[in-house]
Amino acid sequence: MTVPQTQNQPPIVFNIKRQDKPDSMPYWQTFSVPYRPNMNVTSVLQYISAYPQTAEGEKTAPINYDVACLEEVCGSCTMLINGVARQACSALIDQMRGEKGAEATITIEPMSKFPVVRDLIVDRTRMFENLKRIKGWIPVDGYYNLGAGPKIEPRKQDSLYALSRCMTCGCCLEACPQFTLENAFVGAQIFSQVRYFNMHPTGKVDADERMEVMMGDGGITDCGNAQNCVKVCPKEIPLTESIGWIGRKATVYAVKEFLVK
Amino acid sequence: MAQKRVIVVGGGLAGLSAAMKLAEDGIPVDLFSLVPVKRSHSVCAQGGINACNEVARQQGYSEWEHFEETVLGGDFLANQPPVYEMAKMAPDVINLLDRMGVPFNRTAEGFRDLRLFGGSLYKRTHFAGATTGQQLLYALDEQCRRWEAAGLITKYEFWDFLSPVLSDNGVCSGIVAQDLRTMQIRAFRGDAVIIASGGNGLIFGQSTMSVICSGSAAARCYTAGARLGNPEFMQVHPTAIPGEDKCRLMSESARGEGGRIWVPKKKGDARHANDIPEGERDYFLERIYPKYKNIVPRDIATREIFYICEQGYGVGNGQMVYLDLTEKATGIKYEVLKKKLGGILEIYEKFVGVDPLHEPMKIYPAVHYAMGGLWVDFAKDGRPVEQGGGGMEKGNPRNQMTNIPGLYAAGEADFQYHGANRLGANSLLSCIFTGLFMGPSVKKYLSDVQKGSAADVNAFVYETRLKDQQKKYETLLKASGDQNPYLIHRELGKSMSDNCTIIRVNKRMKVTLALIDELKNRYQTRLGMPDGSTWTNQTLTFARATGDMLLLSEAITKAAIARDESRGAHFKVPDDKADRHDIPLDERAFQRDDANWLKTTLVTYKDQRAELSYEPVDTSLVKPRPRTYGKTAAVK
Repeated sequence: MTVPQTQNQPPIVFNIKRQDKPDSMPYWQTFSVPYRPNMNVTSVLQYISAYPQTAEGEKTAPINYDVACLEEVCGSCTMLINGVARQACSALIDQMRGEKGAEATITIEPMSKFPVVRDLIVDRTRMFENLKRIKGWIPVDGYYNLGAGPKIEPRKQDSLYALSRCMTCGCCLEACPQFTLENAFVGAQIFSQVRYFNMHPTGKVDADERMEVMMGDGGITDCGNAQNCVKVCPKEIPLTESIGWIGRKATVYAVKEFLVK
Repeated sequence: MAQKRVIVVGGGLAGLSAAMKLAEDGIPVDLFSLVPVKRSHSVCAQGGINACNEVARQQGYSEWEHFEETVLGGDFLANQPPVYEMAKMAPDVINLLDRMGVPFNRTAEGFRDLRLFGGSLYKRTHFAGATTGQQLLYALDEQCRRWEAAGLITKYEFWDFLSPVLSDNGVCSGIVAQDLRTMQIRAFRGDAVIIASGGNGLIFGQSTMSVICSGSAAARCYTAGARLGNPEFMQVHPTAIPGEDKCRLMSESARGEGGRIWVPKKKGDARHANDIPEGERDYFLERIYPKYKNIVPRDIATREIFYICEQGYGVGNGQMVYLDLTEKATGIKYEVLKKKLGGILEIYEKFVGVDPLHEPMKIYPAVHYAMGGLWVDFAKDGRPVEQGGGGMEKGNPRNQMTNIPGLYAAGEADFQYHGANRLGANSLLSCIFTGLFMGPSVKKYLSDVQKGSAADVNAFVYETRLKDQQKKYETLLKASGDQNPYLIHRELGKSMSDNCTIIRVNKRMKVTLALIDELKNRYQTRLGMPDGSTWTNQTLTFARATGDMLLLSEAITKAAIARDESRGAHFKVPDDKADRHDIPLDERAFQRDDANWLKTTLVTYKDQRAELSYEPVDTSLVKPRPRTYGKTAAVK
């Protein structure tokens, strides 16, 4: 197996945390990858797939990782890169070297708040299940032609669009001190999505049911307001605004429920 | 009798819209996808979705115009009735998406905003920022989640479709699929199967497509007997950021919103783009196409970019031109473009490190979309156009059906709507249109299948297909040769990209065809599996898809070699003129040849080879005419 030569730059050293099965012990492997301009972490993983051997020259299996769009819009390739949850595709090696120096080792791990499936692949089913719990959809009257939807003023569209760019990547949950593997906390992703659906003129038909989930176990009262979520969101979704919004609505909802009962 | 079920393979716009439409009719759907459906490749679409609208209508536009533009854009290779039906239904599709909560950009008054797009002089493209595909996909994903919660849609995410199951009388009655976590292989009964698995850009190594777009699902139907239609037609998008892992698309909306393409008039001009004065820039698309300017159809823009670079005018003498969105070039304010194009500006800034509103982007064409795909049928509505006919007959079970009864295809996976070249912002439409329109057709098919429904098919049939796939899996797992599947794929991708994209020359494509043969041989005899795990083995999944990509490459290349003409994205230069850079590109190439080549390529898998045949194109609504877009005479 001939490995392509490095181009005038020291190779990049990667420490990658691996795990063969959900119940097996994790272990670390080191890889040395020839530098090329404009590399990202995905192209490093692709390189290792084509030349699967460790820095010590031992043959190993290619690294398993979720991947699809490579332009930071599908959310697949989220992992911990130098300890920070982000997408591998938009993690540019030149930038990281600029920050840490050319000789610095880059560490890659699976996210820690979701069960590991294999290597860097984690199981994010919980995020999608929570979307089901909050009725994350607009309850339209079927798919026959019933004319246009409600007219929406541009400022409202701006707010809706910003919230609708959530790609269910999990960065906000990984960064959140309240969200753990064991508990039921729903986290910023869901708060923001509830706000999105409850703001929509048709979506708000189910607003109360969503608020019930927000008031329940793992809901808004469990948020510690650490504000880590908003710092790591790759789409710059105003997550803390959403948390504040849900908080205010929850108070109103609680008073309303109290008065009705 | 057991409740009839439908299997949908693929969870992008086409698959999801088909699934939700069927679910609405009470038909249970099993939805299979390689990834969580919300991460499907449709999420990458940027610019928008076309439909006639009230503003355009009052300026003289209509569904008919939309149809006409689409068949002209496709160089008259598309069967016309399905295209007409799509254009007719387009406004309803937009309304439905609007009701489902898609945050379309709005005008000051709150109406849906519109933008200009390739191949049209009317604003007829609806958009949500520059991430329209993402927004449409999410709306459909949400509706499917609703049906999932209601128990009518069952999702199988992280599953790989391995083959259709055909009953003894050749009717598609289910599928075999593999759970990509446990690697368990199972057979599933289904009374109809819809393949909505998207495109096959991965064949070309780097493309704008997601790396899951290998075309493997379509290939697995092809080897089971389904025909391909027009596989040689691959769209190369004019504007993408070249990259080693993928080429990142810079949407046509950049030009629709005023972006301009140019190169320095002086060859090898080393100045920074912002330092090159207006008079020393060649806005070559505007010069050559004064009517359509920067929004000529994609195949044309791509060739002009290729040609200007071939002549040595590319940025830094290389294969690169400027796509300019700066206020200096467009006259449009920073904030306005930021709002309309935010999504793509971010991509450029993130991956290149430059704000494209401050300095021009450097771009080059990249493989983008498969016009060809699984051949599908349609039933024509025989009434005259004036009486509502001319399109497809609603609810006819033939619509979108492949040549295998019960096996349907939709979206980019089918061949039906874009002819030889797709117009921008028509893909989102064709995907959602086919998904919705086929619902009643599939429903009718189900009610027609009285006997021989999947529940009546002998279990032995499923067991046999299951065993075939189990054996194939085990053989791959044990492969102990010296050929890494990722490296085989790289070799294939490079040759396909070099020889089967913008300019096609038979002698070069024959080199590729020979390489495909050699790679097939290496794949069969010397493949090595660097991972022997029986749990979540992505290398194995990729290796299996590599075999499929080799088969599709052969079909693409053979069909391209055979088609001795230029039409849409297929642009062929005769062998003896391959290196005659002294002749203008258009004059170097074969011309469109309606007398001999106005026909659909059909590819059948026979004796492990691609076999070509042809069928006529339905041009019953508009007569083919030359496709010039007002091109001015070449200036020497």
